[in-house]
Amino acid sequence: MTRILGLDVGSRTVDAVWWEDGAIADSAVLDSGFDPQEVGARLLARGDHDLVVATGYGRHAVRERFGAEIITEIKAYGTGASRLYPQARSVLDIGGQDTKVISLDGGGRVMDFEMNDKCAAGTGRFLEVMARALGFELSELGPGALTAPEGVKISSMCTVFAESEVIGLVHKGVDRNRIALGLHESIATRTLSMLKRVNAQPPLVFAGGVAKNPAMARLITWGFAGEVLTPTDSQLVGALGAALHGQSLLSGAGSG
Amino acid sequence: MSEAPVDYHPMWEELGLDLDAHDMLLAAIPQLYAAAYLTQAKRPEGMAYFDFVMSEIHGLRIKELRDHQAAGGKVIGSFCLYVPEEIIRALGGLSVGLCAGAEFAYDEVERIMPRNTCALIKSFMGFKLAKVCPYLEASDLVVGETTCDGKKKAYELLGEMAPVYVVELPQMKNPGDLAFWRSEIDRLVAKLEEVTGRELTAENLAAAIKEVNDKRRALQRLNAARAADPAPISGKDALLAVQVAFYDDVPRFTQMVNKVADELEARVAANTGATPAGTPRVLVTGTPMAVPNWKVHDIIEKAGAVVVSEELCTGRRYYSKLVAEDRTTVDGMLDAVAEKYLDINCACFTPNPGRAEDIIRLAKEYKADGIVDYTLQSCGPYQIESSLVERAAQQAGFPVLRIDTDYSMEDIGQLSTRVEAFLEMLK
Repeated sequence: MTRILGLDVGSRTVDAVWWEDGAIADSAVLDSGFDPQEVGARLLARGDHDLVVATGYGRHAVRERFGAEIITEIKAYGTGASRLYPQARSVLDIGGQDTKVISLDGGGRVMDFEMNDKCAAGTGRFLEVMARALGFELSELGPGALTAPEGVKISSMCTVFAESEVIGLVHKGVDRNRIALGLHESIATRTLSMLKRVNAQPPLVFAGGVAKNPAMARLITWGFAGEVLTPTDSQLVGALGAALHGQSLLSGAGSG
Repeated sequence: MSEAPVDYHPMWEELGLDLDAHDMLLAAIPQLYAAAYLTQAKRPEGMAYFDFVMSEIHGLRIKELRDHQAAGGKVIGSFCLYVPEEIIRALGGLSVGLCAGAEFAYDEVERIMPRNTCALIKSFMGFKLAKVCPYLEASDLVVGETTCDGKKKAYELLGEMAPVYVVELPQMKNPGDLAFWRSEIDRLVAKLEEVTGRELTAENLAAAIKEVNDKRRALQRLNAARAADPAPISGKDALLAVQVAFYDDVPRFTQMVNKVADELEARVAANTGATPAGTPRVLVTGTPMAVPNWKVHDIIEKAGAVVVSEELCTGRRYYSKLVAEDRTTVDGMLDAVAEKYLDINCACFTPNPGRAEDIIRLAKEYKADGIVDYTLQSCGPYQIESSLVERAAQQAGFPVLRIDTDYSMEDIGQLSTRVEAFLEMLK
């Protein structure tokens, strides 16, 4: 029996999957806090494992500190998504501070990918800032947007400029649900054009924390030409991919 | 090489450098160099010479230039490989590449140029405005060229602060363009004869052509060894050699590069390398990388791959072609110079099919697993040509990663992830 820990050390959450006997034995999603490495250390201390594979922006630090194997988020999300949905041909991951689009061949291998620019435009962090500016809890932002008949056009995608634009609209008395919908629409437009750039084919797996946002899920489903699959534990896809990579290392199958 | 450290401040002061700003700049380089270069395993021993050159980049080499000037010779600066070094040397001049590879004094630059000017132009303007490039300050003449709109206009501004002369490079390669370029070479010769007070002769030009060709031959030898797996030298070290070629003493440089090449050939014969056999191999193409810009090579090699060839101005475009040595008259030799230089495949030409052909040929010859297409932001010609490069590469079966960046370090994390993911794809 082998037990593998897949760890996705992201900017907003640290996600863990313990993989045992070909199935998920346990999982966790913790807030990254100010010291994601410490959160990672806590997860590592939760019992024995034969191997740790880290991904996410904190992966190098986990390797240095705990001797973990590492893979990039691109490979982790590609691997995790095609385990959950073997028919998947593309993956969208909107995480805390970046957006990734991945195009897969029929066998779960990454053929092409793209990531957003160095700023947090259109990511989970962006939505957090906007929720606060609109006086919403993060969990209320998507449902609120869905109640609006139509969105207000938001012209800036920069987190800082969009926030002042939102505040301006609020001061003008524009309904905050319409602003929220407008924000989601502009992220969706941008995301859909990223998907076009890698020639993403259906079915598309929508993963990452932002997939839990019902307005984003609906807009991507409407805008994408083809089936969109949203896993229940969308945040765990990267950690799952990391654990699966560990399994292939242990079974000597190579890294695929 | 082991003498006591010399204080070069009096020399820098005499050149009119801003000593405080220059000290600050010089303090940053050793750390940057150590982090990129001295952490590498299994470097060829001959690279010690380049470590030394880098440690004296604003010291000993500048002193050599000053000594040359004291003896009546001239120093001619340039920013581009379209400025023929052969003519400069024939007239007793020393050709030096000027500082353009680091962010410096952008606040000053942005007062006179748009923020979204390319990093290379902003860099050389910053070095001039802040008075921290001893090569530029020591230059008796700066020869510019019309290789892009940004540089063309920047030379007008630079010309207000330094002696600048601009040669006009055609934008196409039709027969009439070669004739025009040849006339520009004549105009440059006249200017350089005026500045140096010497006359071009069949003798001095033939000697200079031979010397510069020898330098390029040495670089060709060094680079030919990189086709082997395991690669006998890192891409970073090979890149450094070409960067240094732009300003080092020619015969000494040639000798030192040949020594490194001897070592690399011995490594190839013994089947040993700087990285293990089977290390993913990457060809880098795109915009020039001036010292101390090692950013992309550093990211690629720290991610576990090895760069095996550079289709760059600080790479193949610099050394892959030679000036014909079979001409006997000054006119004939200048024809050969014009032909050689117009034959460089820069994205400033339209169309520029030779570049994509070079990339594919090199990728095959050097057994590249993938291609990194590196562009400096706001460099329109290379950014737009990326599509053509990518299409040609994909048709030939080579995966391509586009990196569009500048000299700042703020996107290192993101670029590392993209490069690592690209390497995972190649496996």
